[in-house]
Amino acid sequence: MELNRRKLLAIGMAALGATSMGVTQALASLTEEGIAAFTGGAETTAGDLSIGAPEIAENGNTVPIEVTAPGAVAVAVFADGNPVPAVATFKFGPLAGARFASTRIRLATTQNVVAVAQMEDGSFQLATSEVKVTIGGCGG
Amino acid sequence: MASGVKPRVKVPKTAEAGEIITIKTLISHKMESGQRKDDDGNVIPRSIINRFTADFNGQNVIDVTLEPAISTNPYFQFEAAVPETGEFTFTWYDDDGSVYDTSKKVTVA
Repeated sequence: MELNRRKLLAIGMAALGATSMGVTQALASLTEEGIAAFTGGAETTAGDLSIGAPEIAENGNTVPIEVTAPGAVAVAVFADGNPVPAVATFKFGPLAGARFASTRIRLATTQNVVAVAQMEDGSFQLATSEVKVTIGGCGG
Repeated sequence: MASGVKPRVKVPKTAEAGEIITIKTLISHKMESGQRKDDDGNVIPRSIINRFTADFNGQNVIDVTLEPAISTNPYFQFEAAVPETGEFTFTWYDDDGSVYDTSKKVTVA
């Protein structure tokens, strides 16, 4: 096979594509591992759990998010495109007025923010929200 | 980072019995993620606040585990029920072992 410039470029692009796919998958599986560690491998369903996050975040260093999870005892938040997907775990005590919390997080790139809630009956709910990030928040 | 850490908390001074109030907390902390590198390419070691708790008269309101993905100057907003007159205590736990706390009184009319 004669390798001309066009073919080389095509191969190069394909290789690049494959590599970046691999990286994304590796990160996604880290998130899955984190979720599995939180749920103990239990099934997750969609429910009343919701994530409030901006559709587009200009600055990935501070992205405001909020989780609302009626009937939850704990909520774990993950960002599947970050080098370390775990973001925070909220545990609600007896005096929590509402199963609601809001904070600001770092997002390295455009990605999904995933919340997993452990309900009072021991079941788990999952919600996802995509955030487009213009400037990543992981520095160097 | 034991210096320059200043917690700030916004809690209403009065409430009705059983009322649900909104609490906002902010603490100044650089939250070094452990992912960044300095000019020489060395990784800057992780230094974050890893846990935050809010209690009212000894009963827990919220207990948060923080990871490096929480932004600089960690901010939290949440809601708490106030059954009686008492005091909220807010505690932040640093990676270096430091503990920062502050408290706010709430009077039930």
